Amino acid sequence: MSRVNRATVTQSLSVSFTVGLYGIAFGAASIAAGFSFLQTCLLSLITFSGASQFAVIGVMGAGGSALSGIATASLLGTRNMLYAMRMAPLLKVRGFKKFIAAEVTIDESTGVAIGQEDLGVDSMKHGFWLTGIGVYIFWNFFTVLGALGAQAMGNPSAWGLDAAVPAAFLGLVWPRLLGNFERALAASALIVAVLLSPILGAGLPIITTALLAVVFGWKVRQ
Amino acid sequence: MNAYWVGVLGTGAIAFGLKFLGYSIPEKYLTNPRMLRINTLIPIALLSALVGVQTITEKGKWVIDQRLAGVAVALIALSLKAPYFVVVISAAITSAVMYRVR
Repeated sequence: MSRVNRATVTQSLSVSFTVGLYGIAFGAASIAAGFSFLQTCLLSLITFSGASQFAVIGVMGAGGSALSGIATASLLGTRNMLYAMRMAPLLKVRGFKKFIAAEVTIDESTGVAIGQEDLGVDSMKHGFWLTGIGVYIFWNFFTVLGALGAQAMGNPSAWGLDAAVPAAFLGLVWPRLLGNFERALAASALIVAVLLSPILGAGLPIITTALLAVVFGWKVRQ
Repeated sequence: MNAYWVGVLGTGAIAFGLKFLGYSIPEKYLTNPRMLRINTLIPIALLSALVGVQTITEKGKWVIDQRLAGVAVALIALSLKAPYFVVVISAAITSAVMYRVR
């Protein structure tokens, strides 16, 4: 692999830390929902997808069945499969590396990878691995802290984490929105997802916008 | 095995399975020009949707609160070509301040 671009490293690390910090909220919420310390840690270690993890503890903590918890979480997890399809031709991984790549394929690692497109294919790969593994380490570390009773931190909103996460995602797509075509897609996806939220509940509205990408990508761009 | 264990292990197995499946689709299906174009656009659509949902919804309901102010500041920072961490930090500070003064 070639030299790692400094901008890629900085972005990967800031994303990893910001998002990883949210693991505190997950750890604390999971214990509050009735999951054990071990179960909480395993959710972060195996599932490793914030939205899916919050979904299963949210549903089951509110008295839902294991099946409905798993179904909601899995619905939110389907977008990771789409990300994997995007990353597959870029990473060309096999065997053990494919196993690791799959585990760390999430919003953030994919977002940073596509954000490095202007810097070349190597930077995209570096961004993917640095962010994927970085978030994995921080997310699990902070899950443990949260589960061990870091309620001392209190509400993550009080620290602005609730806005830092969407701002982080906005910063990731921003460099890709150079043309009117991409901007139109981004704006429609955002609006459609928000409008569908009260109708479809959590999870489905986001995955639905993949259809918009299909519609936009179907005809050859001018 | 109680329901919580079923939830934990079931969620983990399916989450990993979906990710792994994405890498197991034969490359020939992913390299035709149309698939490649759609595949490049999918993360843009999903991440933009995520921004909207995380900014103005909560548990499937529309909620306007400090997050919108934070993300608006991030948008301004981005249009001023601010570095990435400035974008994130300015959003966090704005949101935290709005949350505390409310």
